[in-house]
Amino acid sequence: MRTASEFWDILKRHQMTFFAGVPCSLLEGVIKVGLADPAVTYIPAVREDVALGIASAAHLAGRRGGILMQNSGLGNVVNPLTSFNLIYRIPVLMVISWRGYGGKDAPEHLIMGEKTPDLLHTLGIPHAILEAETLEEHLQWAISTMEQQLIPVAVILRQAIVA
Amino acid sequence: MTRHEALQHILTPLPGGDLALFTTGMISREAFNIRDRAENFYMIGSMGLLNAVGLGLALQSPSRAIWIIEGDGSALMSLGTLPLIAACRPHNLIHVVLDNEAYESTGGQPTISSTVDLAALAEAAGYARVWRVSDSPSLEKALQEARHSSALTFILVKITGRAPEGLGRVSLTPAEIKQRFSQILTRVETASHNVAVRPLAPD
Repeated sequence: MRTASEFWDILKRHQMTFFAGVPCSLLEGVIKVGLADPAVTYIPAVREDVALGIASAAHLAGRRGGILMQNSGLGNVVNPLTSFNLIYRIPVLMVISWRGYGGKDAPEHLIMGEKTPDLLHTLGIPHAILEAETLEEHLQWAISTMEQQLIPVAVILRQAIVA
Repeated sequence: MTRHEALQHILTPLPGGDLALFTTGMISREAFNIRDRAENFYMIGSMGLLNAVGLGLALQSPSRAIWIIEGDGSALMSLGTLPLIAACRPHNLIHVVLDNEAYESTGGQPTISSTVDLAALAEAAGYARVWRVSDSPSLEKALQEARHSSALTFILVKITGRAPEGLGRVSLTPAEIKQRFSQILTRVETASHNVAVRPLAPD
């Protein structure tokens, strides 16, 4: 397991300090450390699509933006992804926590838990499942992929990978 | 006052540095036809998302005035963003809602804004300055003050009438809209790094 501080250190090394998001218990540590870090801006958005819209502005200003969200909110970003980010070519790093992974979770998380990677695939959003050992590699891949292809890229965070 | 007149009041005197974001549908189309400029961002899809993008932009570019120009349908679709914007207190954001009480782009179906006071909602959300106007002189007064103030401003403009016949669509592709807008923004942003303080609303 990696610490939330290590997670932010990697992001900061890649000039990723502008985030908006909607919390998840799996992201509790990440958000707490981000909020306490004066180098990081974290906007507590009211919905996931709003977070995506806010973070997208970073690219318009020549910078990098990211969002933090739970996979249950994926439905809320389908419209902005397909009729905003993907057609305007606006990259955003999407850090998505994975509730319902492996079919073991509360009932409301099971269906989206099973569909999460498929849904991202259907939408044409490149994605990687984060592992503690390869955290930096995967984040680096996500950031360079989004910059090269000018589209959002997702990294999926399971329990006990970053805390 | 028609939407065309309202947009003319807003767009015609807009200084070169000001960024203006226009919502999905007739507002983008009409703005594009009145005065296209590289600092205009036309949202052709994602109805309701514009004010989130505008908030992000206001935070990213605090030295520039950011105008969000949306309709009542779009504002109602993302009402939660109103208090979020107010909570973030961007001093450089001017949020204009052109309210015709209809979803005009899809055939003029009614919205609920005839029974909801969007300006009162903005006030309750915490916007610093809130205007409710329905004629040219009062809109002009609100715009004048917004241009020269550094307070988060909301202007509700009650408009009437339909869009002109045969109003053309935005002829740029989404990628072109973004590239042009972003180029202007990054060029000026980089250039302005040498300037300690940039006036918020240059004339």
